[in-house]
Amino acid sequence: MQEEENLMARLTVNGKSHDIDIDPDTPLLWALRDHVGLTGTKYGCGIAQCGACTVHIDGEAVRSCSLPVSAVEGKAITTIEGLAQNGTLHKVQKAWIEHDVPQCGYCQCGMIMAVAALLKEKPKPTDADIDNTITNICRCGTFQQVREAIHMAAQSA
Amino acid sequence: MTSTQQINRRSFVVGTAAAAGGGLALSVGFPFAGPQVVRAQDGSPEINAWVVIRPDDTVVIRVARSEMGQGTLTGLAQLVAEELECDWSKVTTEYPTPGQSVARKRVWGDFSTGGSRGIRNSHLYVRQGGAIARTMLLQAAANEWKAPVSELSVANSVITHTASGRKTTYGKVAEAAAKLEAPKEVPLKDPKDWKIAGKSVKRLDTADKVVGKQVYGADLKLPGMLTATIKDCPVTGGKVKSFDAAKVASMKGVKKVVQVGDTGVAVVADTFWQAKTALDALPIVWDEGDNKKVSSESIAQWLKEGLDAPEGFVGNENGDAKGAIAKAAKKIEAVYSYPFQNHAPMEPMNATALYTPEKCEVWCPTQNGEAAFAAAVAAAELPASKVDVYKINLGGGFGRRGAFHDYVRQAVLIAKQMPGTPVKLLWTREEDMLHGRYHPVMQAKLVGAFDADNNLTAIHMRLSGQSILANVFPQNLQNGKDPLTFQGLMSGNGEHSFGYTIPNLLIDHSMRNPHILPGFWRGVNINQNCVFFECFMDELAHAAGQDPLEFRRKFLGNHPRNLGVLNAVAEKVGWGKPAPQGIYRGLAQMRSFGSFVAAAAEVSVEGNGNRVKVHRIVAATDPGYVVNPAQVERQIAGSFVYGLSAAFMQECTVKDGRMVEENFDTYDSMRIAQMPKVESIVMPTGGNDPWGGVGEPTICVAAPAVLNAYFAATGKRLRTLPLKNEKILLV
Repeated sequence: MQEEENLMARLTVNGKSHDIDIDPDTPLLWALRDHVGLTGTKYGCGIAQCGACTVHIDGEAVRSCSLPVSAVEGKAITTIEGLAQNGTLHKVQKAWIEHDVPQCGYCQCGMIMAVAALLKEKPKPTDADIDNTITNICRCGTFQQVREAIHMAAQSA
Repeated sequence: MTSTQQINRRSFVVGTAAAAGGGLALSVGFPFAGPQVVRAQDGSPEINAWVVIRPDDTVVIRVARSEMGQGTLTGLAQLVAEELECDWSKVTTEYPTPGQSVARKRVWGDFSTGGSRGIRNSHLYVRQGGAIARTMLLQAAANEWKAPVSELSVANSVITHTASGRKTTYGKVAEAAAKLEAPKEVPLKDPKDWKIAGKSVKRLDTADKVVGKQVYGADLKLPGMLTATIKDCPVTGGKVKSFDAAKVASMKGVKKVVQVGDTGVAVVADTFWQAKTALDALPIVWDEGDNKKVSSESIAQWLKEGLDAPEGFVGNENGDAKGAIAKAAKKIEAVYSYPFQNHAPMEPMNATALYTPEKCEVWCPTQNGEAAFAAAVAAAELPASKVDVYKINLGGGFGRRGAFHDYVRQAVLIAKQMPGTPVKLLWTREEDMLHGRYHPVMQAKLVGAFDADNNLTAIHMRLSGQSILANVFPQNLQNGKDPLTFQGLMSGNGEHSFGYTIPNLLIDHSMRNPHILPGFWRGVNINQNCVFFECFMDELAHAAGQDPLEFRRKFLGNHPRNLGVLNAVAEKVGWGKPAPQGIYRGLAQMRSFGSFVAAAAEVSVEGNGNRVKVHRIVAATDPGYVVNPAQVERQIAGSFVYGLSAAFMQECTVKDGRMVEENFDTYDSMRIAQMPKVESIVMPTGGNDPWGGVGEPTICVAAPAVLNAYFAATGKRLRTLPLKNEKILLV
């Protein structure tokens, strides 16, 4: 056993610091789910194809299943659980509720994180912006509602 | 007493997975109640199995079917609430457990959530449940006021006696109502009078899904829980020969390496990543058996031979098709094929099990709580009374989690080797892709005959390929024939009746069952049947030199509801009028799962026909009755994602007896950029036929409508799916 080895990592998630005992090669996804205890970030493929694991690293949308924890120490990690601020839902979350977007919902946390990052970059995205940026897989196929809700969120304050 | 422990554990589940309806505790004969009153965990009285009312007027509606995104949870609650006349804003839901159902003589009926049956097969008895509860609540108020019940009225959970001006609420009379004898049957409302059902109310289960609080099976946590991941022999029929547990035993977090039945090996660790890392490093030797010689090519060759085999199971026949074809002035012939496909729900298979010799409990996403329960009982080898299953919401189902609970069996077999420790088994995506229950593989040869006057005289459609029932429910075969193979093509007026009248018709099936395990894949056999038949109808129309819509209409005279949906999409898409520059149109229609569906597609094609853009879909559905139009529209739109992903991108290829594609990099799925604009026409025509389903029917028209539009654009027929194999991309 190699328990003597220092396997601690310090992660800053949703503004809180977490010291966790973890192999530095572990993908951030599993650090969040199994060590920090935040399960809103989902496992879908493990190879950065589906986007269910999307989080924000220093404000940018990143697929956490293919990013080792060693690469994100010292950076600000935001998960779906930290998207609402001071108890107020993010406008994307509000639009999702207003427009009844999720079906099974499993991919939607990652979808919402990707959309929130898009709206930060482009507050009034065109359909082409959406097509180029939002590449998450949704097997239920709620893309039509996603697109409408993105435009709805962009119109809101 | 063990029941205390059980209740505590269930309380825990309710606490951790409340939104998932993770468990429902019942105690019969609670100390302060009358003997007949059944109570929910919080002591609130059950009016009947479907309705619990709390003192604060909250209405808890029990839902036996599973919610996997299709909206059934909300729809069934709407139906109960409609008859109950309760305040919709105070409705919440919960899942009864299969163990409780067994103990109460299946009071909630069937739990199965497949075949688009969730609402249509249970609406009568859940509406009765609401109506009976309303009657009892009114009677309780009438008794209290010593007024005839006929003088009482109710709306939004408030009971009024107009003559005396008295009012009360459901919460106040629930205790008394729960003690009354239930009437056997109460007249149901005419759907024309619905106020909650039939309306596009918002889903009940959205709030938690947008903040990461929704607990799926993969998210479940229990105190002291370990996580396992598994590799089953990649060749179905093969076995574990040996594995070297010592090689990984000292890896960080690893608790145990276990064999799972004859075919699997799992690593149990503190976390998923530790389990996966160790499993990847674990040397396993498989005995792959004879199936390792099988490939997609060998299967295709075998099926091809079936296209001309002399004998086939007859699924639909009228007149003398072979005779008419022999006398034909002109014959048209085409061969189509449809591949194996994986359901690939976003949440990989998983189940959590806690086993002791006294009790086995399983928490899992399932489309059929009772089937999951049966799998758990069999694997635990305990009496049913010592087993229960708690349903957790599903991250997609699509048929994978309905009849097949291999993941439940595995979880229990692992937990049995670690008694007293809860173990969550979570598959990798790769395991999910290698151990699907695949869309059956099928080929079809179609022959159409015309007389000298260019009239269609006959069609012979020969299917050759895999039967789902032969593998899954062989007891449902009819003298060897799999009737389900003929979905959408059957004679008569059943839920999968054929939608045309052809003068001479023969549809038959040469059954060929490879070792690859087939399953019910959203839409099931309508997917290939509609591609085969509706594309061939287009071929026949073209051969006759006739418009595809006009050609179809000639054979739809006896099929008014098929004609109705086809006309609806044709009119809305502008069929017969000029399309925008570069846009081409295609049509398809079918009856499936009791509903009548049609689609019209508008596509453009670039790059020598290799890049297809689907711009617009008009889709109509007539399910008879509609409980939530907005959710029906979402199922229709989503059907084009599932159906067009399949048509363009998805094949599970067999090589050396096992599946080749292991993840979304080689088994792609549509993205938002590829999504056409879908215009839904929800057009229920009412009537006395059984209600139709919604979750699956529309998928079948997605591919043929687009393939027919592709022909209109290019003059080229695409008869082999998926189109990626012909380097044709959806853009």
